[in-house]
Amino acid sequence: MTTQTNRMQHGAYNHAYLDEQTKRMIRRAILKAVAIPGYQVPFGSREMPVPYGWGTGGIQVTASIIGQDDVYKCIDQGADDTTNAVSIRRFFARVADVATTERTAEATIIQTRHRIPEAPLKEGQIMVYQVPQPEPLRGLEPRETETRAMHAYEEYGLQYLSLYESVAAFGRIAGGAGYPVLVDERYLMSPSPIPKFDNPKLHQSEALHLFGAGREKRIYAVPPHTDVRSLDFEDYPFDVQSWDEVCALCGCPDSYKDEVILDDEGTRMFVCSDSSHCSDRRDAGHAGPMAGHELDQGSADAANLEDAE
Amino acid sequence: MIGSLALEGVSPGFANPVADSQRVFRRVLDAMSRPGRLIDLDSGIAAASPHLTAASALALTLLDFETPVFVALDADGEAFANWLRFHCGCPITAEPKAAAYALVLADLLPALDQFYAGDPKYPDRATTLIVVCAALEGGAAVRLEGPGIAETRRIAPAGLPEDFWNQVRADRSAFQLGVDIILTAGDQIIALPRSTRIVPEN
Repeated sequence: MTTQTNRMQHGAYNHAYLDEQTKRMIRRAILKAVAIPGYQVPFGSREMPVPYGWGTGGIQVTASIIGQDDVYKCIDQGADDTTNAVSIRRFFARVADVATTERTAEATIIQTRHRIPEAPLKEGQIMVYQVPQPEPLRGLEPRETETRAMHAYEEYGLQYLSLYESVAAFGRIAGGAGYPVLVDERYLMSPSPIPKFDNPKLHQSEALHLFGAGREKRIYAVPPHTDVRSLDFEDYPFDVQSWDEVCALCGCPDSYKDEVILDDEGTRMFVCSDSSHCSDRRDAGHAGPMAGHELDQGSADAANLEDAE
Repeated sequence: MIGSLALEGVSPGFANPVADSQRVFRRVLDAMSRPGRLIDLDSGIAAASPHLTAASALALTLLDFETPVFVALDADGEAFANWLRFHCGCPITAEPKAAAYALVLADLLPALDQFYAGDPKYPDRATTLIVVCAALEGGAAVRLEGPGIAETRRIAPAGLPEDFWNQVRADRSAFQLGVDIILTAGDQIIALPRSTRIVPEN
């Protein structure tokens, strides 16, 4: 019954949902984005079957590049088993008829909201980011006409001033996500709200990185082997988050951690934000101090539920 | 105004437009992300003139009514313009500055500054040049660097105008402005986006 319904609905859409003219328009924008690393290319963002804020930019980019040979992975905050990631993965499994995976190494297209996987990316992989606000200067200058001129004339003093004010107020450069970067020493770019922990992974990456902002109607890109520098000062150098705790489930010392509150007494655990990285390590025999905890079981149930549908 | 189109001699496009254009696009995307790398398009089309295979596949993949095209192809020009009108429905312009895309034989390549290099605020509006070369290997070598290239990459396309690389150097000095270039021969391409810089040999 389910299969029959899927087949009927599948026949009602073009491959990967978007019509061919829309794909061409987005493909042209993607090529210009790659040719001008870090520059935000305006594009004619379409209405998608999910609301703005749920990844419409990333979905449109993926729909324009995906083919039947691709293996698709979708993560939300590092996890493959969260609502947004599961829905989008099922969407492309249905409308583009592609294989899906949770393993970073197997994927050719990785759509993400707010994380870059822990496993090093390889040539042949494309990261697709769902971007809420593509303009790094928007919080400092609300007028699009002004920010566009600032990018055109490489006038980024306001951004440095903002970092300086942060140092003056907090004694360090505050802000843990969406930390501004300079791409190929030319365009100021928002890496989307990935934690600054992930910023260094963009620098000289083997993979192509495509950023799609559906509501704001912008596409931008970081090609492979491109310099990406997080802004800082000589006396306040850029640094990333670190944790004293290892992952409670897999024992990983150097991954990005989520803090999970376990009860009303304030008991907590730190677990890898990247669920694929964590389960790969557990499969390889690594165990953390709370290995076998029910959280471990919970993610297995979610995966089973998805398979059943 | 509806003009008449000489349909005899218009060769077929993609056999499967959805899958074929997706496959070709991914290879173009790969070429653009790794400038200087020789990429086989595997386009599967039978172009009327074999040396236009890749250029035809790029046209089918990227062009439509939104993209004015400048065409300079010598003897094939008229037939190819008809083919473009039939398959892509794109406006053909005689003015290089007005072209979003240009399909040009290397021998007939106008000076690069004849094309639109974009606006400082909207550099994405610049022309994309599709240049049909004699071959993509065996010519004078140049060395490239920039985004998408790990260290440097050496290419040697054949049949380009003598001062082509000097023009490219001048064009690159105005980054973020500049034209993006895709060199083609047969079914192969090499991309030279404006971010790619020409460096001296050795």
